[in-house]
Amino acid sequence: MALLEVSDLHVSFPTPDGVVRAVRGLSFAVETGKTLGIVGESGSGKSVATQTIMGLTRGARVSGQALFEGIDLLAMSPKELRSVRGAQVGMIFQDPLSSLHPYYRVGWQIIEMIRNNHHEISKAKARERAVELLRLVGIPQPDRRVDDFPHQFSGGMRQRAMIAMAMSLNPKLLIADEPTTALDVTVQAQVLQVMRRLQEEFGTAIILITHDLGVVAEVADDVVVMYAGSTMEKADRYETFGAPHHPYTEGLLQSLPAYGGERERLRPIPGQPPSLINLPGGCPFHPRCPYVMDRCRAEMPPLFEVGGNPAHTSACWLSRDQVERAALRTKVVGQPLAAPAVP
Amino acid sequence: MTETGASSHPVAGTDKDVLVKVENLQKYFPVQTTSLFRRNHDQVHAVDGVTLEVRRGETLGLVGETGCGKSTLARCIARLCDVSAGRVIFDGRDITGLTPRQMRPLRREMQIIFQDPYGSLNPRRRVGSIIGDPFALHGIADGAERKRKVQEVMELVGLKPEHFNRFPAEFSGGQRQRIGVARALALRPKLIICDEPVSALDVSIQAQIINLLVDLQREFNLTYLFIAHDLSVVRHVSDRVAVMYLGKVAELAPAEDLYQVPRHPYSNALLSAVPVPDPKKSSDRHQIILIGDVPSPIDPPAGCRFHPRCPKAQERCATEEPALASVLGDSAEHVTACHFPVEKGDDLSNTARVSVPPNGSQAT
Repeated sequence: MALLEVSDLHVSFPTPDGVVRAVRGLSFAVETGKTLGIVGESGSGKSVATQTIMGLTRGARVSGQALFEGIDLLAMSPKELRSVRGAQVGMIFQDPLSSLHPYYRVGWQIIEMIRNNHHEISKAKARERAVELLRLVGIPQPDRRVDDFPHQFSGGMRQRAMIAMAMSLNPKLLIADEPTTALDVTVQAQVLQVMRRLQEEFGTAIILITHDLGVVAEVADDVVVMYAGSTMEKADRYETFGAPHHPYTEGLLQSLPAYGGERERLRPIPGQPPSLINLPGGCPFHPRCPYVMDRCRAEMPPLFEVGGNPAHTSACWLSRDQVERAALRTKVVGQPLAAPAVP
Repeated sequence: MTETGASSHPVAGTDKDVLVKVENLQKYFPVQTTSLFRRNHDQVHAVDGVTLEVRRGETLGLVGETGCGKSTLARCIARLCDVSAGRVIFDGRDITGLTPRQMRPLRREMQIIFQDPYGSLNPRRRVGSIIGDPFALHGIADGAERKRKVQEVMELVGLKPEHFNRFPAEFSGGQRQRIGVARALALRPKLIICDEPVSALDVSIQAQIINLLVDLQREFNLTYLFIAHDLSVVRHVSDRVAVMYLGKVAELAPAEDLYQVPRHPYSNALLSAVPVPDPKKSSDRHQIILIGDVPSPIDPPAGCRFHPRCPKAQERCATEEPALASVLGDSAEHVTACHFPVEKGDDLSNTARVSVPPNGSQAT
């Protein structure tokens, strides 16, 4: 059984302009010790989905199921959920400066996290643990820096302190929402390394939410590609990047500068993402899709198995045979792309 | 203060080919910390002795991490702030000491595209009047004439001319950035400074804007100073790239040279840290993970500024500041400020792999 199994999650927000349908029928599973990457552009619902699972979206209409070790998180009372948050599931957010309280010392904030959940731990013990955690995430001189305020930390150190805090209760699952987006590349490499090492050491499952395809390619075992609140494609990282089936995944990869070779003209996805209030009928990607067929405008495709691989699914009406799909790709793009990887 | 680069920097081509020339430019910002007994006059050395040139029709990429001074350098070139020392020569004219009033006629020749398409457009003004501003300020066109010109520019950047009367809020992020491009392009400037023009955009939209910028450059023979922290974007658009670290240029080279044979250890670390969107490649490359953080620009390290974090650093690096020069038989175009430049086959990842010092004895 997977550690966290989300099935058919729907989240919508009533607003004066109409109902914003942020997440529509999202399903995924995370195994212990694995990393699941959720990729998507702004407004694809990737953050809303995980925040809803943790009970952090107020005023949303939610349906579906999120089984964490067999227990539905969405059916829990706020009090029950509080015992899961932090202790069982740790969270890291994008902006480490606004996630840390500027008024309290970094160590104090970690100690509070520990003592709040384990009242029996003495202050001195909790402090020891905080120092150890800071050392674990690579903060130099942790016994001194534990008494620093957040503003005395650099951006990368703050994010590492956030990771230390999220890991303080040895959670089984870590949800990292754009953890490195605000950081420079060299610092990003440091933070990703810390996360990877912690995962190896403690077997934590990680959900990594990001818009950076490079980061996903580097750290995620499995990848979910989201667009306009729906899952477009699910596969392991080699399939996602080597043999994407869904035209949206393909479009994303093609619009990256590194992908097209040296100084070739980029191939952006034409048009704009749809409004979540007035979604187009059928497949939400059809207005921007180069392969669009009549059926796409009328009917939303379910997730089909691709190439007989149950771990690779794609919500697209195109041929599920990888060879036929590759032939079609050549026809539309005009030149062959990477050959499909044989699993 | 030692003078760097100025003497050894190659002067390629004649001055006619050079649109902007920056000579030993310094920009310090005072930080005043007043305590009860004394006043400290510390200074942030944002840009500290940069010499480079931007040639006509080229795109010069400027990369580096937060706080390395790339935006300050651009602002000095556009004379949006005063220069502490050094010279800025624009189109053969020394603009270092010009007053704001004297600068005004030159403003139409240099324009800026900003990062944030939400913050850089006044939400209460219509798009037509935002793009019409440059015409109004320089008294170039009025009334129907101005409207016609604005709509012309809008069409050029892929906006619908009939959206003339809309407000910025009615546009998406990518389209707003097009408005920013239109405004910068309106007076057909010689130089456009692009300060992180696509950082706030989603990948699929980012590619649209990059293509637009490349097309416009070709059509109007524009010169770009392109600042970005996304190295793959910089590689894609730039002819030459300057890597900055703590207010200095660490390496300056034609884009392909820099990405193929980076000489400065910092360039190597920076390039290796970029995640590759290809899992097969990312698993077998050598990533250099730098130790610690960028030192404070208030009190930068002596000698080579990168030496406290450099995997190749030796004693000499702590005392003697390297000058920009072509090294290891590189062309005169490819200059590096390093005593021990990286050769092909050097394994930097070995020396720098441990990102956490075991005894935590490292100062920040």
